[in-house]
Amino acid sequence: MKFTLSWLKDHLETDASLEEITEALTMIGLEVEAVDDRSQFKPFVIAKVLTAAPHPDADKLQVLTVDKGDGKPVQVVCGAPNARAGLVGAFAGPGTYVPGIDVTLSVGNIRGIESFGMMCSERELELSDDHNGIIDLPEDAPVGTPFADYANLSDPVIEIGITPNRPDALGVAGIARDLAAFGIGKVKPLAIGEPEGNYPCPVKVNIEAQDLCPAFGLRYVKGVKNGPSPKWMQQRLKAIGLRPISALVDITNYVTFDLGRPLHVFDADKVHGDLTIREARDGETVLALDGREYKLAAGQCVIADEKGIESLAGIMGGEESGCSDETVNVLVESALWEPYNIARTGRDLGINTDARYRFERGVDPAFMVPGLDHATNLVMELCGGEASQAIVAGEVPEPQKIIEFPYSEVRRLTGIDVSEDRSREILRSLGFEVDETTGTGRVKVPSWRPDVEGKADLVEEVMRINGINEISPQPLPALNTVNGKILTTGQIRVRNAKRSLAARGMLEAVTWSFISADHAKAFGGGQDELKLANPISADMSDMRPSLLPGLILAAQRNADRGVGDVALFEVSQTFTSDKPEGQHRIACGVRRGTAHLAGSGRHWQGNSKPVGVFDAKEDALGVLQACGVDVSKVQIVAEAPEWFHPGRSGRIQLGPKIVLGVFGELHPMTLETLDVSGPLCGFEVYLDNIPEPKEKATNTKPPLAISGLQAVKRDFAFVLDKQSDAATLLRAAAGADKKLISGVSVFDVFEGASLGEGKKSVAIEVTLQPVEKTLTDEEIEAVSKQIIANVEKSTGGVLRG
Amino acid sequence: MDDLKQLETEIFARIEGAADEAALEEVRIATIGKKGSISEKMKTLGKMTPEERQTAGPALNGLKNAVTEAIAARKDILRRAAIEERLKNETVDITLPVRQSPAEAGRIHPLTQVVDEITAIFADMGFSIAEGPEIETDYYNFTALNFPEGHPAREMHDTFFFNPDSEGQRRLLRTHTSPVQVHTMESQKPPIRIVIPGKTYRCDSDATHSPMFHQLEGLVIGKDIHAGHLRWSLEEFCKAFFEVDNVTMRFRPSFFPFTEPSFEVDIQCDRSGPTVKFGEGTDWMEILGCGMVHPNVLRYGGIDPDEFQGFAWGIGIDRLAMLKYGMPDLRDFFDADARWISHYGFRPLDIPTLFGGVSS
Repeated sequence: MKFTLSWLKDHLETDASLEEITEALTMIGLEVEAVDDRSQFKPFVIAKVLTAAPHPDADKLQVLTVDKGDGKPVQVVCGAPNARAGLVGAFAGPGTYVPGIDVTLSVGNIRGIESFGMMCSERELELSDDHNGIIDLPEDAPVGTPFADYANLSDPVIEIGITPNRPDALGVAGIARDLAAFGIGKVKPLAIGEPEGNYPCPVKVNIEAQDLCPAFGLRYVKGVKNGPSPKWMQQRLKAIGLRPISALVDITNYVTFDLGRPLHVFDADKVHGDLTIREARDGETVLALDGREYKLAAGQCVIADEKGIESLAGIMGGEESGCSDETVNVLVESALWEPYNIARTGRDLGINTDARYRFERGVDPAFMVPGLDHATNLVMELCGGEASQAIVAGEVPEPQKIIEFPYSEVRRLTGIDVSEDRSREILRSLGFEVDETTGTGRVKVPSWRPDVEGKADLVEEVMRINGINEISPQPLPALNTVNGKILTTGQIRVRNAKRSLAARGMLEAVTWSFISADHAKAFGGGQDELKLANPISADMSDMRPSLLPGLILAAQRNADRGVGDVALFEVSQTFTSDKPEGQHRIACGVRRGTAHLAGSGRHWQGNSKPVGVFDAKEDALGVLQACGVDVSKVQIVAEAPEWFHPGRSGRIQLGPKIVLGVFGELHPMTLETLDVSGPLCGFEVYLDNIPEPKEKATNTKPPLAISGLQAVKRDFAFVLDKQSDAATLLRAAAGADKKLISGVSVFDVFEGASLGEGKKSVAIEVTLQPVEKTLTDEEIEAVSKQIIANVEKSTGGVLRG
Repeated sequence: MDDLKQLETEIFARIEGAADEAALEEVRIATIGKKGSISEKMKTLGKMTPEERQTAGPALNGLKNAVTEAIAARKDILRRAAIEERLKNETVDITLPVRQSPAEAGRIHPLTQVVDEITAIFADMGFSIAEGPEIETDYYNFTALNFPEGHPAREMHDTFFFNPDSEGQRRLLRTHTSPVQVHTMESQKPPIRIVIPGKTYRCDSDATHSPMFHQLEGLVIGKDIHAGHLRWSLEEFCKAFFEVDNVTMRFRPSFFPFTEPSFEVDIQCDRSGPTVKFGEGTDWMEILGCGMVHPNVLRYGGIDPDEFQGFAWGIGIDRLAMLKYGMPDLRDFFDADARWISHYGFRPLDIPTLFGGVSS
């Protein structure tokens, strides 16, 4: 909402400075977003052309001597056709910034003649688009004085942001009322005389859509003469960024901003028969004033005549019945529209107008008829003519909102002490009617404040006028105990996962929650319920089913920037449905190139090899351990989802029902879909699937039992089928004597022709830890035999000879 | 006896002259070895007269002992020299670089770090951390937060919608963390003291707006909680977060459907330099919106607004991070550029605590 200082002063009697006014506006909730003091016009002075002679070297140029009022005429080269001796216009000297041509002037030399400034056109001052000649002022314009003062360009423009709850501040008069309540001056009351209507309005109004149009006021004005509106009105409209069109149109715009009352003026001779306010029929079209044709839908409210739609009610007039210079008879409309319907219609049709903006927030119903009268008066004042009597169809609602207001509410909600008298005074200054009851008052809400509904709203009114910064900090009630654990298990896991992955040398990324449909599909997503209806772009259309695609693409972006060895992780949400239970906490990581735990790239101690499935497995198990999982208990099975390399990926689980994570190298087809290159490996750990830790009865750890006896190590190598897995072998070996065997590890895996086709050799080291007494050779021999027997039985392999 | 003296001189010269352990061993064999010169002389003792033996015996034994000791001493010197020589050969260029520790190379994203800082501060003030779903219903995102159907305030939210389901209901991506207020009120009776960090979404994109961003919501409900407590909480938080002794705040009346009265809060700062400084200067910077929880929202949450009251606020976590740590462009937060993360990120062991200073 923009207005000028002089405009405000039409409604507010005040000596306050611009600064005091803008400060006050912000502090009462009408936040000042910009103040244009129009200082860019200051350097321009009124000057008179003393002489004008043809330029010796250019046909279209003249050499002027210009008197700028200081008795030191200057030479100016000018190309304007209307430049002549005796012309009085606007002069800009060297150093002046000329907004219309975006140039700061310097002393020029035009075809050999020096020029010490310029005489400006309206376009050069951004006053209009006129560039046919330089500004030509009346002869008596005071030479040497600022052009801005003469042309009323020094009126500062104030722009404020209006929150959706304050439709009353969408007119300058409403802003003045708020300022006066705050103590910045006195409101100048409006005096609107009722136009004398000597004849009945010849056009009747029929409201079919009562729900959408509670009331509709209309007057006929005959014998008007349209033309440009007066200069003062044009200047104000231009100052707030509106283009003056003609008196009839400018009046409606002016009243919209002046009093927050949108209006419409029809060319009565283009209206056929009576007006009907009704819902549009599906598919009906209207050519609106913006020159565009709109296709309407049922439920949208229109004003129609006998031939068709004349106006998009409360939003935009129709081109058919718009006013022109030839207009002689008009219909002035002031109506009330159902706000939400206006909002919906405007949104659906994509039309934003000043009228829609006000109607959807709620205009003052009580001002509908005065607004009609005021507009009719303006029409007659500026365009002449004779007004009819008013028609008011429907019924103007008279809101009777009364709030029982305990004055103590102010203190209850804000902690500020404001006396009852002061509260009453504030409310009354804003137009509320307040009775004298102490304790709890009866407060009637003015018709222009649809936002005020209850006690809390009144507290806000009192508080913002009393001074919001009276609110002083007060400590929250102290806790009587040390604050206990505040994080949930899930939150702790997220923290631990992040810190542990970063400690593994990975960089934490935050990627978009939405990805392209193709990528979502490639990772098991893409279902309809997770597609955005209005994505910001096609590659951000689907909620991600996995964090992998985002990280893989990020890794590729880094590679494209020259960082090919990169390890990224993210701990965030993925989505498998649009329900809360379909949102999952996931820890995910990706390694690319040679970005191993130990380091990447070439190194004099040994170059890093390409990353692979075991890097991903190590990361995944690392996260699980950080989240309290005993990884010796988990199962690793070769059943990862299809976006992984089928032979180089796995699933981590606690039985088939509790899947903790997946890891591996990516399937080449996945890389192709994502348009990325490897080597790449990645993992996802499903943090929500980790079983909740058991409540511990005590924090005390079990006593440490260390055997004083030396452990014995024995090596075994088995020849197995290539498909056999090491996990089975390890489990079988460890199971040979659970008491005695404290550890089994694989120290060599070998495949070769010597073993035979489809075979491999796996060598393990078994640690035997005697508990009570040193082991005898016989005992060691017995355990060894048991180990061999167990392994051979469960794997079908044989001890390597 | 003279020849013994001469022998001694000779032997000692040979010991001193032995260049390595092998040469020394030769001397040992040649002198006190079984057939060595001293051993040979010892053998002659038996043939001597007792008188001769009385002088020659001790002399020979003395010589033998002296030689033995001298050889041992010489051997020690030679062994040390040999070790020194070997170590000399084992010398490496200790200026060669080593691999970096993974814990030094890894980085925590500034957003995570800032959330951890916030958590540390609010935990100390007696708050818990709440969370909620990012895909929301219209009810929780708007209706229960007192945005009436069709109200213009809904449009200010630039909402991402999903396609309507079979019943015509369309879900949406939450536009703020405020729905969690309602979820919390539904599941927990007052007093309530929570903060809600989380992802939020609006279809808007430029240097300061991102379609995905992060918000920190606060909610306090009790029997006598008023705007003064709100102001204290925010001031204390800002002091602790920005690690300054003072902050000056300015409240301005504003409008949010879910609070009444509503405020926007400016913080005094100095923006004259390349980075914003708080606790000094004469500029005002808007940092958050807040207010007293609207009675309708309390009612939607099942709480009687005449018995309980409270406040709520919402602040941009991304913005907090930018203000504190100086990242110039919000879009970089979500680009996963390794160079950016390495530069602006935090080491995994830099865990924010109050006792250690939130950012040190």
